[in-house]
Amino acid sequence: MQVTLKVQRLNPETNSIPYWQEYTIEAEPTDRVLDGLIKIKGEQDGTLTFRSSCAHGICGSDAMRINGQNRLACKVLFKDIGSNVTVEPITGLPVVKDLVVDMEPFMEHYRSVLPFFINDDPIPTQERLQSQADRARFDDTTKCILCACCTTSCPSFWANGEYVGPAAIVQAHRFIFDSRDQGTDQRLDILSDPEGVWRCRTIFNCTNACPREIEVTKAIGEVKKAMLYRKI
Amino acid sequence: MSSSNPVVTFVTKTLTYRGGKGHWSWILHRLGGLGIATFLVLHIFDIFLVGASKSLFESLLFIYHNPVFRPALWALTFGVFYHAFNGVRIIIQDFWPGLFRYQKQLVLAVWIIVAILVIPLVGIDISNMLSH
Repeated sequence: MQVTLKVQRLNPETNSIPYWQEYTIEAEPTDRVLDGLIKIKGEQDGTLTFRSSCAHGICGSDAMRINGQNRLACKVLFKDIGSNVTVEPITGLPVVKDLVVDMEPFMEHYRSVLPFFINDDPIPTQERLQSQADRARFDDTTKCILCACCTTSCPSFWANGEYVGPAAIVQAHRFIFDSRDQGTDQRLDILSDPEGVWRCRTIFNCTNACPREIEVTKAIGEVKKAMLYRKI
Repeated sequence: MSSSNPVVTFVTKTLTYRGGKGHWSWILHRLGGLGIATFLVLHIFDIFLVGASKSLFESLLFIYHNPVFRPALWALTFGVFYHAFNGVRIIIQDFWPGLFRYQKQLVLAVWIIVAILVIPLVGIDISNMLSH
């Protein structure tokens, strides 16, 4: 099939305003958008810049806005989205070049919620045991790959880049609801900040955008409730 | 195609994002809120004018009789009800996160309730307009 990819481009060294560029390629219906971009870069325009690493939906490096929706380019097939494809960088993070954004503000929010295990008890001689029910409590939020699809689909984040964002809240949820962790109060205090969890407007874009199908809005709602009642 | 103005970029990116029901509910919720706020300011100014200068108030009454004003009032009626009931939906979903699976049904319920309230009101207003 013949596919036309309309790509938003920006080279900050030569122009300050993004512009669109169209490419037409031959592709299989089962090819992914990432395959198309690689083909363009290899055969038509070596200056086209984008990130990709594992190319199998695990590393989360090729998040972009495809046909108006945040997706991973390595998980979207042409047969599912048609032959006219629009590709833009994810919104809300500074564009470095073409489809590459600066992930540092996103990672800064991620680090701010203490995304690591906190437990000051003496280190036990065996595993810290946990019931299946306790483990299931945060199972969904362990799946996050930090691709930023959720955070950069959130209008609250577009309007205010200081908002910690859905991905960081999902990461906090993973530890807040872990029965072995003791950093719950610290994390809830951090997320009760004006730029914390209350900036969420329950819009659901994050849930729709997540390539790992994490129930992001539900997780954020649970954190809100935990904060309100100070009860896990 | 794009602007370096952050407000224009925000509006463009918001309107072009294909976020589904939640996204459009949020946009309508915000527009409803803006409509209510605008009407409130207009209303306060209006009441102030009655006290300040009745003749000036009466001389400006033609604005309310302008044909454009009527659909604007219908839109405001929709905005008030939509803002109220969509707000209740968001509160429900915030307090019971488990209901997130029923987002589609809850959004639909809001539309049904708003339609039940707004359509008859607007219908009565139109029939009143036609009978005068």
